[in-house]
Amino acid sequence: MFVYADNAATTKMSRAAVEAMLPYLDEAYGNPSSLHTAGQRASAAVQSARNTVAELLHADPKEIIFTSGGSEADNQAILSAAALGAKHGKKHLISTAFEHHAVLHTLRKLEKDGYEVTLLPVHENGIVTAEEVAAAIRDDTCLVSVMFANNEIGSIQPIGEIGAVCRKRGVLFHTDAVQAVGHVPIDVQALQVDLLSLSAHKFHGPKGVGVLYARRGVLLTSLIEGGAQERGKRAGTENVPGIVSAAAALRESCDHMAETSARLIRLGNKLIDGLRTVPHAALNGDAVQRLPGNVNFCFEGIEGESLLLLLDQRGIEASSGSACTSGALDPSHVLLAIGRPHEVAHGSLRLSLSRYTTEEEVDYMLSEIPPVVEYLREMSPVWKDMERGVKPHLL
Amino acid sequence: MALYSEKVMDHFLHPRNVGEIPDADGVGEVGNAKCGDIMKIYLKIDGDIITDVKFNTFGCGSAIASSSMATEMIKGKPLSEVKKLTNQAVTEALDGLPAHKIHCSVLAEEAIQSALEDYRRRQEEAEQ
Repeated sequence: MFVYADNAATTKMSRAAVEAMLPYLDEAYGNPSSLHTAGQRASAAVQSARNTVAELLHADPKEIIFTSGGSEADNQAILSAAALGAKHGKKHLISTAFEHHAVLHTLRKLEKDGYEVTLLPVHENGIVTAEEVAAAIRDDTCLVSVMFANNEIGSIQPIGEIGAVCRKRGVLFHTDAVQAVGHVPIDVQALQVDLLSLSAHKFHGPKGVGVLYARRGVLLTSLIEGGAQERGKRAGTENVPGIVSAAAALRESCDHMAETSARLIRLGNKLIDGLRTVPHAALNGDAVQRLPGNVNFCFEGIEGESLLLLLDQRGIEASSGSACTSGALDPSHVLLAIGRPHEVAHGSLRLSLSRYTTEEEVDYMLSEIPPVVEYLREMSPVWKDMERGVKPHLL
Repeated sequence: MALYSEKVMDHFLHPRNVGEIPDADGVGEVGNAKCGDIMKIYLKIDGDIITDVKFNTFGCGSAIASSSMATEMIKGKPLSEVKKLTNQAVTEALDGLPAHKIHCSVLAEEAIQSALEDYRRRQEEAEQ
């Protein structure tokens, strides 16, 4: 059996998304900036996609900027807010310790440029509270950036409450919603979000297409100079096939969100309950406030990369926060941020499901994963020391 | 996954000499669980020859493969030869490792040298 359980990394494009794209590859291939019929057809398609995305986020089409992906949208949102802040002498930004690197590394760059950054610690369940955000806001704070849902452990943040706090204090609020859009309901007005980033390939759309929502009145800084595309805020000929396809994928995901979400919560909980029977294993992230279909566990005494390789041999494609899977020295900053010790964080496994995941696939994972964990533990000196009482169990 | 050579995958998927030797003549453990790698090597030595060797490893695919290959390379070999085992030799025998995984072969070399050290210490204690 083959099981793709790495949907938080990327998803398979839906049939609808592929088909939406096709006419714009070799039929309606005009440049939207061109005056002729072909160009105007492409331009109309981009406008229609913009209307769709705006409608699904409860935004105005003028507030939607298409980008090359989530990372670009994150970079532009943060750098724009920082530039706006600097105009008023506000050079303090607030974020969390477990953001995506597209956010963390942009903030680090700003720090080198003289900005001050506060990274809020995250609770054990992978959540920051609006009170903690409120307490960190200063008179010179120009931006709060808190991810909608964490990409590794799936914990969903109280975005509406944080939005209310920021609006009340007059501070711009950005949310990296790359993992959440298309999976949980999002209304930028109700949530009082000023800036939001999303990425199409996380909801069965194409890679290379992202969106930055910027509330009217929030002046964006261009990262790419050139033509006047995207209201002058993002130069470069529009990725017409990708944009059209992204909108189709988002429409489809939102249309089926209620049923998909109910099914994925049930399948995810089945996986969680099954993996909890493995001794000395623990779920990462909040048990309830989590993305449908996100399952993330730490298994004590083993290392994640060897676990992934063995699962891959059995047809299960997943991911891990182990250092060895990224080429880094430290394991996942997310797992460290929620308080997992290094040695435990190395043994993590993320299974992320999608609407294409079947019950049989979940059953197969439940039958394959525990014996592989057991096999690796049998050759692990760390596990043996724990079993003999030489070292304490940490989970 | 094409991250590793076929040799590495073979030794990772079918590791040789996994286990412990309860009455080992020398035991060496190196690495650190915090960093995600620990290797423990058990040696049985008769006269000048490594008659048996077993390993336990906590680590990634290349750490397990390096342990397996290194134990194969020293089994049945005289101590004089084993002392000269280098991480480069282990890496070459595995048809190479990705640059950021070379430290796995270093750990294998260190684990064996540490087990030999332990053997020498025990010999000295026995003589006294």
